[in-house]
Amino acid sequence: MSITVSDVSRRFGNTTALHPLSLEIKKGEMVGLLGPSGSGKTTLLRIIAGLEAPDSGSIHFGDRDVTHVHVRKRRVGFVFQHYALFRHMSVFENVAFGLRARPTSERPSNAEIRDRVQHLLERVRLDALAKRLPSQLSGGQQQRVALARALAVEPEVLLLDEPFGALDARVRLELRRWLRHLHEEFGFTSVFVTHDQEEALELSDRVVVMSNGKIEQIDTPQALYRAPANRFVFSFLGETNRFGGEYREGKLQQGNAWIAMAHSDIAPNEVLLRPHELMLTTAPDAKAHLPVTVDAVSPVGSDVRVELTADWMDTPWLASITHHDFDRLQPARGANFYLVPSRWHQFAPETS
Amino acid sequence: MSTRSARVLPGFSLSLGVTLLFVSLILLLPMTSLIGQLSTLSWSQYWAAITDPRLIASYKVTLLAALAASLFNALFGLLMAWVLARYTFPGKRILDALMDLPFALPTAVAGITLATLYSRNGAVGSLLDPLGIEIAYTWLGIALAMAFTSVPFVVRTVQPVLEDLPGHADEAALTLGASNLYAFRRVILPHIWPAIVTGTGLSFARSLGEFGAVIFIAGNMPYRTEVVSLMMATRLEEYDYAGAAAIASLVMLVSLLLLLAINLWQGRFYRRLHGGRH
Repeated sequence: MSITVSDVSRRFGNTTALHPLSLEIKKGEMVGLLGPSGSGKTTLLRIIAGLEAPDSGSIHFGDRDVTHVHVRKRRVGFVFQHYALFRHMSVFENVAFGLRARPTSERPSNAEIRDRVQHLLERVRLDALAKRLPSQLSGGQQQRVALARALAVEPEVLLLDEPFGALDARVRLELRRWLRHLHEEFGFTSVFVTHDQEEALELSDRVVVMSNGKIEQIDTPQALYRAPANRFVFSFLGETNRFGGEYREGKLQQGNAWIAMAHSDIAPNEVLLRPHELMLTTAPDAKAHLPVTVDAVSPVGSDVRVELTADWMDTPWLASITHHDFDRLQPARGANFYLVPSRWHQFAPETS
Repeated sequence: MSTRSARVLPGFSLSLGVTLLFVSLILLLPMTSLIGQLSTLSWSQYWAAITDPRLIASYKVTLLAALAASLFNALFGLLMAWVLARYTFPGKRILDALMDLPFALPTAVAGITLATLYSRNGAVGSLLDPLGIEIAYTWLGIALAMAFTSVPFVVRTVQPVLEDLPGHADEAALTLGASNLYAFRRVILPHIWPAIVTGTGLSFARSLGEFGAVIFIAGNMPYRTEVVSLMMATRLEEYDYAGAAAIASLVMLVSLLLLLAINLWQGRFYRRLHGGRH
């Protein structure tokens, strides 16, 4: 089922949660709504679900206009941020809820309900815990119950609000992979909200980056990362180092530091650099002169993260270098080096 | 070495001592003197004192009125708590404060006001009279006075539980296709049920002993509209302290059993809800 959001807006009192925005989600697609808190992503998800009414605009599921359709008739599966399980019901009854809630004429027989719930619990590997209460489960298990409960009503649209926000890193990674498989197997259309860019980039077919109630960019994870549309998207998608200065004699200069570049019309006074686009050297390059002092070193993961300071920076920079370079240079706290940027990014100043 | 572990929070022995002193002075001492009064009676005298036919009629009136009042409060109190907990609207804080009025108002004032309003020529009573409904000086009036003085028990026990409903549980029920009634019955009611029962039980226990508000509207006709607490007052006026104590002991026993039953049942419920863990 495709989802079409047209010119939807929403205000809460004096604050605008959503400026009029439109969004097209294809059948079977998995889309992540990514943004900082207060960007309107959860409001948009709740409007799609029907838990919130838009002030203007319309929502279509396929050809069906659902703008004024009550949430219980929209046939969406919704997974809440803190699962919202029914605490007084067993895992089995939680999952069976949507089937039992149907009017008598559409309700499956008890035997059929038992079979379907049992099958779903097997799918989420919780069949052994069917009789437990939610409070007796771990966070990851509760999350799987919440998913099974939402899937029991066979929704064509699955909406998830910060699905993995409250879980620890290892469980989160496992559940992400598992959700991806489930999505492919059942073939529903999924929209999820997250503030974690890594999660959005890993899970989504397309990512919708939002800020201040507006959509900043809609793209595939690869395109988004390679070609961010503006400064906000660039800085929200990963660690960012900023070099601000004045353009003189073919160089962007700040104190005794400079980067040589052709004059740029869009943002003459600023360039942004990712940590992995910086190289640590013992001598300055002909194209850049960026003296720095090592402040902290974190040799965890595939790269070594080095925190750098200098008096020409407003905030400390972060460079990620290979373990090979790390072994060669042995950067210790307090040691002096030069940075050589392999590339940089320029954006038009943010208009707010 | 002492096996007693040192407490980190200060003031335990002092605060517990003061608490026990006050419990003794305010609760235990009067109860002891009550039992002292009872000891002057033989079993047969005691039995005769609590089975006087006029008194038995007052038991029936009191129980019936208290039952009606607390059931009414269970519904009305739930509604009030619901409105206060679930919606925001102008004047909500004033309404919230008004809920405590029955506790703050002297019960005699409430009784006189209700009697004036609901008597045959009062503002409300004159409207009901043509319909053949009499409230003042009947058991309905007694129930009304009891309901008035004890409704905050239900509101104030249910309201915090409703406000504390687990996040989005009711929304989850709606997304799963449940009707409003089904979601209320299967998701919300199980959560607030213990609070409703507790509040209703407290309201019932309070109604059993209500005196000030009731006597003005009851009319106090022997065998018809006398309540138990009035019977106690009558015994006291007759200097029959032992007789009054006999009735009081019965009322106290019923109230204590009621509170005990509520607490036991509630404990079981919460154990189930929290999966055997606290």
